[in-house]
Amino acid sequence: MAKVSSPRDLEQYQKQAKAARDKIETFITMCGGTGCEGSGCREVIKEMDEKLAEKNLQESISLKVTGCQGFCEKGPLMVIRPAGNFYCNIQPDDVEEIIEKTVLKGESISRLEYQDPETEEKILKEEDIPFYQNQERLVFKNNGYISPTRIEDYFSVDGYSGLVEALFNMSQEEVIEEVVNSGLRGRGGGGFPTGQKWKLTYQEDSDPKYVICNSDEGDPGAYMDRSILEGNPHLVLEGMMIGAYAIGASQGFIYVRAEYPLAVKHINIAIEQAREWGLLGENILGSGFSFEVEIMEGAGAFICGEETALMASIEGKRGMPRPKPPFPATSGLWGQPTNINNVETLGNVPLIIKNGADWFNSIGTENSKGSKIFSLVGKVNNTGLIEVPMGITLREIVFDVGGGIPGGKEVKAVQSGGPSGGCIPKDLLDIPVDFDRLSEVGSIMGSGGLVVMDEDTCMVDVAKFFLDFTQDESCGECPPCRIGTRRMLEILNRITSGEGQEGDIELLERLGEDIIDTSLCGLGQTAPNPVISTIQYFKDEYEAHIYDKACPAGVCQDLIYYNIIEEECRACDRCRRVCPVEAIEGEPGGDPYILYDDICIRCGNCIEECPFSAIEIVPGQKE
Amino acid sequence: MAEISINGSSYQVDDDRTILSAASELGYDIPTLCHHSVISDCGACRVCLIENKKSGNLMPSCTTKVADGMVIETENKRLRRARKTVIELLLSDHPNDCMTCEADGNCELQDLAYEFGIDEPPYGGFKEEPRFTIERDNPFIEHDPDKCILCGRCTRVDQEVQCSDAIEFVERGFAAKVGAALKKDLGDEDSSCVFCGQCVEICPTGALSYAPSLGEGREYQLKKTETTCGYCGVGCKLELKSRNNKVVGAGSIYRDNLPNPDGEACVKGRFGYEFIDHPDRLTKPLIKDKESGEFKETDWEEALDYVADNFRRIKRDHGAEAFGALCSARCSNEENYLIQKLMRASIGTHTIDHCARL
Ligand SMILES: Cc1cc2nc3c(=O)[nH]c(=O)nc-3n(C[C@H](O)[C@H](O)[C@H](O)COP(=O)(O)O)c2cc1C
Ligand code: SF4
Ligand code: SF4
Ligand code: SF4
Ligand code: FES
Repeated sequence: MAKVSSPRDLEQYQKQAKAARDKIETFITMCGGTGCEGSGCREVIKEMDEKLAEKNLQESISLKVTGCQGFCEKGPLMVIRPAGNFYCNIQPDDVEEIIEKTVLKGESISRLEYQDPETEEKILKEEDIPFYQNQERLVFKNNGYISPTRIEDYFSVDGYSGLVEALFNMSQEEVIEEVVNSGLRGRGGGGFPTGQKWKLTYQEDSDPKYVICNSDEGDPGAYMDRSILEGNPHLVLEGMMIGAYAIGASQGFIYVRAEYPLAVKHINIAIEQAREWGLLGENILGSGFSFEVEIMEGAGAFICGEETALMASIEGKRGMPRPKPPFPATSGLWGQPTNINNVETLGNVPLIIKNGADWFNSIGTENSKGSKIFSLVGKVNNTGLIEVPMGITLREIVFDVGGGIPGGKEVKAVQSGGPSGGCIPKDLLDIPVDFDRLSEVGSIMGSGGLVVMDEDTCMVDVAKFFLDFTQDESCGECPPCRIGTRRMLEILNRITSGEGQEGDIELLERLGEDIIDTSLCGLGQTAPNPVISTIQYFKDEYEAHIYDKACPAGVCQDLIYYNIIEEECRACDRCRRVCPVEAIEGEPGGDPYILYDDICIRCGNCIEECPFSAIEIVPGQKE
Repeated sequence: MAEISINGSSYQVDDDRTILSAASELGYDIPTLCHHSVISDCGACRVCLIENKKSGNLMPSCTTKVADGMVIETENKRLRRARKTVIELLLSDHPNDCMTCEADGNCELQDLAYEFGIDEPPYGGFKEEPRFTIERDNPFIEHDPDKCILCGRCTRVDQEVQCSDAIEFVERGFAAKVGAALKKDLGDEDSSCVFCGQCVEICPTGALSYAPSLGEGREYQLKKTETTCGYCGVGCKLELKSRNNKVVGAGSIYRDNLPNPDGEACVKGRFGYEFIDHPDRLTKPLIKDKESGEFKETDWEEALDYVADNFRRIKRDHGAEAFGALCSARCSNEENYLIQKLMRASIGTHTIDHCARL
């Protein structure tokens, strides 16, 4: 087995890997991320493998199964390189045609091309699709190119050059200085300057020290970190090793949730390979630096993403946070100085060391440098994982990358920061993505959730959704979070079920402020944010729920009713037939039909069925 | 040393101390619930919060160490509101049961509710419907999770002092509670509880109580007598609690330089006091009536004469080697000394043993 025992060795292997890659004429890169797996990429991959073998094409054509390419909504995805054809929603049946036409003859298959939802225009190449065009892929750069389970692929994109640079050309202080100068801030939610944190851990005079990679990623709907680990695990490993060298640690832990089997598998393979190649272990590349990594699988409690709870969990205790100070840099894992960073943070590190702090901090805003990966979901045409430069506006994300709102609806708000974040109303969509600006408007960058909401979204209901999550995930240790968020949820439930009372808004605000002020950890300290920010920007909706007993967006079941518009009804009987509870009465061809509100369960069947749009949702309660 | 400012006055304090310990010693009164001197601090209850005037943050004084240049306030409007909200929230999930609660008058939650003048929590009042069932499938400890404030004092004393690891928080969020192994009763075969009772002692509320003491009297109705446990040679200090001249419980004493400074006890010391007032307990000497075979009560004078006469007779007829003495760990050192003296000096035998050797 080859071993990398010096920087020159590594250079050699990188060259070999590049040469091997360049020999191959055509690359078919197929996304093998969890998203595409869900839409059936494994079957397509199997078919492709078989067909290539059948046709004796394995020599000249290489099928690469990569990590997530981001556009999960359109999966299974395939890019044929170097031609660049981008195909989406591929079925196993399409494979034969793809090989015969596109791969062998260079003809495109229009049916599989991406169609712009706005212009309905077909787009041939990945780089011309607006979803990709407006991104800045730094950390994700190689996700669609390399096979995550082959260390040679990582070598072929200059993998581990950052480590060599750090180990051989930089002192620990210089590495730290470089990261400080880059302006990199933590991507795990808090946005703490990474170099600063390294420095604090480095300065602690105690041995051993630890580094931890936080891959717990518990925000509902977020899968940025999973996709990095799945698609480019060596990048994270390299980042961790550079961090470990800088602070003086020789043991690392990767805490990853067990519900991410593919990520766990890929990072395990990467560690195994790095060990075999001599990139982990004693005296790495002859530099004198030694490092080992262990993987801990978390059982899926959201709170175990909080750093102190995570460390308790590694120690074998119940995952509960403890107050800070002392911070992990002083007293972390088993009481030793510990540096903990998020996956995406660490994924940026090799790039900074390779390309320099100046390169990195030329991207972004004054206080937020580089790129940020978001999981863009909700009422937006293009959902998926996006990596955008800091400083891009929310409007650009929603309309340029996201392709606007489906169904010709209006955007109402964007929720950022996951369950701890806030809702930003449409008139503030021109603010840039920037740690400080987002928090000025009552939200946070968070770990990267972005939920787009259209006019049909009830903001009270949204607040309730997030609070329901956090109160359920509270560890239960401190009263403001354990009981306070529960009380807030009860008040919201009351409001959305028509039992809202005068004073409820004020009670929510006051209790929310107190929970933020008194909770032990970040979960409680941010849990009220979705409520507070929706009250700040959408107070009228709360008031409509409480005083008019009406849900203006038509969402809260107890605060709306269905109505048959007499003038529109043609007595076709279709609604009556689909109603599961016989709430509609009428004679075909006779008088306009009647809908009994007390029986109606608001299932929506009738609205969908009515060909004349004669049934409407009316905010309020029927007299 | 660190120079800190508390409520506007400057002090020099040791820099290894928590704000709570430094401030309390200086006479500042900071409320606490999850803090207790014999266990580690975890900062869970949030009532000991103080305001750091430099950062503007509220911090738990029990876990935060003093630092040079620190400027804090232990009392102000914001803190009062914060603490009050926390207590209100606790009460909103607490039955308004003080009238019948075992812990009335010995409850830190009750004291704080009083101090903060809370008559009804503003979030729907007190807890009306219990959310949990009372756990009492063992003869010693009753656990009512509905009265628990999840301060974690019991779990920490169990893990850090008793080292039984018998209890821990189970479930999370609003459903969280203290539970034993596999969420079963403390007395279950899977439980590692040794019934030392330290969790009950340290519980600030009525969530944990001694089953044998239920209904026997509130703390303020009990007479307390400091005593040394008679069960073994360790000599733990205990506080026997009695009412109407009947022992109804054995409490802990927390004091340095005791054999059990952290209030430790074993199941015998904690619960084995029933014999004191047991009807079967011998309080007068008995002599067996030869004819009927029954024991008859007598006075000490007669009983001792009887024993002495027979000792004399046996020694005369069979010699000193016919005697042997077995003494007890339940007796004091002095008593044990005296019995061996009696055997050796007046009877003349070395056949002496002690139950601790068996
Ligand atoms: C409730 C809660 C959950 C968290 N979950 C995560 C998580 O899943 N992943 C993560 O990287 N950081 C999470 N964090 C933030 C971590 O505590 C910590 O700040 C972060 O890992 C530091 O890394 P960074 O500086 O690179 O961002 C969470 C924080 C809180 C309060
Ligand atoms: S704020 Fe919530 S999650 Fe954090 S320690 Fe308190 S109860 Fe646990
Ligand atoms: S009685 Fe003792 S051993 Fe049992 S739970 Fe309480 S502290 Fe632990
Ligand atoms: S049972 Fe008592 S000591 Fe234990 S957590 Fe509950 S209130 Fe605290
Ligand atoms: S006594 Fe400090 S938080 Fe409970």
